[in-house]
Amino acid sequence: MRLEELLKQETKPLLSIYFSAGFPQIDSLPVLLESLESAGADMVEIGIPYSDPISDGPTIQHSNSIALENGISLELIFQQLESSSTTIPKIMMGYFNSILQFGVEAFCERCSETGITGIILPDLPLEIYQKKYQKTFEKHQLSFILLITPETSEERIRLIDNHSTSFIYAVSSAGTTGTKKGIQGAKKYLQKIQSLNLKTPVMVGFNISRPEDFKFASKYTRGGIIGSAFIKHIENSNHLSQDTHQFIKYIKS
Amino acid sequence: MNKEKTSNHIDNEGFYGEFGGAFIPEMLHPNIEELKSSYINIIEAEEFQKEFKELLRNYVGRPTPIYHAKRLSEHYQTQIFLKREDLCHTGAHKINNALGQILLAQKLNKTRIIAETGAGQHGVATATACALMGMKCVVYMGAVDVERQAPNVARMKMLGAEVIPVESGSKTLKDATNEAIRDWITNPRDTHYIIGSVVGPHPYPDLVARLQSVISEEIMSQMPEEPSHIIACVGGGSNAIGAFYHFLDKEQVELIGVEAAGKGIHSNETAATLTLGNTGVLHASMTTLLQTKDGQVIEPHSISAGLDYPGIGPQHAHLHQNKRVKYVSATDDEAVKAAFLLTQKEGIIPALESAHAFAYLEQQKWKSTDRVLINLSGRGDKDLSTYTKYNPY
Repeated sequence: MRLEELLKQETKPLLSIYFSAGFPQIDSLPVLLESLESAGADMVEIGIPYSDPISDGPTIQHSNSIALENGISLELIFQQLESSSTTIPKIMMGYFNSILQFGVEAFCERCSETGITGIILPDLPLEIYQKKYQKTFEKHQLSFILLITPETSEERIRLIDNHSTSFIYAVSSAGTTGTKKGIQGAKKYLQKIQSLNLKTPVMVGFNISRPEDFKFASKYTRGGIIGSAFIKHIENSNHLSQDTHQFIKYIKS
Repeated sequence: MNKEKTSNHIDNEGFYGEFGGAFIPEMLHPNIEELKSSYINIIEAEEFQKEFKELLRNYVGRPTPIYHAKRLSEHYQTQIFLKREDLCHTGAHKINNALGQILLAQKLNKTRIIAETGAGQHGVATATACALMGMKCVVYMGAVDVERQAPNVARMKMLGAEVIPVESGSKTLKDATNEAIRDWITNPRDTHYIIGSVVGPHPYPDLVARLQSVISEEIMSQMPEEPSHIIACVGGGSNAIGAFYHFLDKEQVELIGVEAAGKGIHSNETAATLTLGNTGVLHASMTTLLQTKDGQVIEPHSISAGLDYPGIGPQHAHLHQNKRVKYVSATDDEAVKAAFLLTQKEGIIPALESAHAFAYLEQQKWKSTDRVLINLSGRGDKDLSTYTKYNPY
């Protein structure tokens, strides 16, 4: 299913799960897609492992390094996606240099061939995206997902809202991924976002690791994104499918 | 010289030709926007210039002298002049930038300073500036570098800085920079990040270049006759941009940047970015970097921790592309030999970084009428243990 369709159809809180491709094993991706789909996750964010992930905290840095040691590459990720028959909406998240070296046009083409409908590139800012790459992404019907943070001005949130085609990724606090402080401290910020009546749905990420965090996020927005907590949960897993089901059940409890 | 006619300087959007820009995560947008919109007004204001120049004169000891190195000149049958940045307070040119940026941070009402460091020279310069201004200072340093640059770690701590060893990635300069960026993402309001070289997102490359351009400004007024060549070592490239800055549009002056070839450019243990790298994004800037075909950053090698960097400032990538500056490289061995020669001929022990610039003297035939200026960017006290272990004679 395309991302935009999911966001239009569903009114229940949406749960998005991030994981790094190639982790914990090089061929974990297809298993994780199937398990997340059957366990009831609403969308997945597939991380492209990178040597220098500046927006990520220690957990995702570590999963990136392991995946790279395992020998993952963007081309291999696309091949693994081709072998998967899952229909869960899929987003790719990575750093711009990986895409630049693969070739932006080639990347977009492969995404659209393998069922990817949204892209998150935290280090490709809106202005450079618009000027140089928007046409290519649009040609391949890829939604470019932009981030906002508690420091983002209202003027800029509106600008980002105008340029968003699927959802806006609201980072719950200043910082990198993987802190466990919960998102209750983001109440004012989430209320502010809610009061702006944006045309684009908002999903919240960062600091979500427990059922109460997910519930809290869903109270103010369309749902929550969980990364580091899931990665920790499967880090030493010998039964990926079982452990994935257990995690989703826990978060939705 | 077959040279395209492109500007040597930055455009309105923070690019040098195709290089530069600010490839920053949204979390850094307000900080970078604040800097971008205010840095030129602040640093060009009369009040700032007065404070900055006074510090450079009375605290750093500027202008640094130009020294005519007669015995080295005789050795190479040419005329060699040294710009003595090694005589700056704290022992290298890095202090020029650290003081300029701390004044800027004060104008922006920041109360906490962070920095990255490789060899520790920029960390020491920043810790010094923070001690001088009574500001809180946190320095990120790769765990490997903390070990191999112990004297500078001790200096930073005595100066009151908190030194945080970085255990991620390869535990060197690149990772220290990543960690400093993560700190800034986490502390966007009270913190200013003092980047130590002409790298990172716009406006840093231009900001640092302007603050280091005092070097070439002084060279212009100090040299009895215009130099025919200016040679500087290049890691990120701040001392080189500083020495080249006012000569970029004077095409009669040949500018030469010397990268670290490590164990040789074909050895896989090298930091010769412009010779071996290609275009990509590193530390939020489009530049030339050492990377795999998948775009993963390759760990460089140089005997000199200050040149041990997989990227290079975007302005250098541009000056390489438009051929205004000639970029060459020198190996670990060549640099150490050049350091011993300078020491024996002139009684000056250069930093390992600066020694790479001197190594280029061996690589070209000089005319007796040439006036070769070398930017002696730092002194070699910190490198004594490497020199004594590595004596090539």
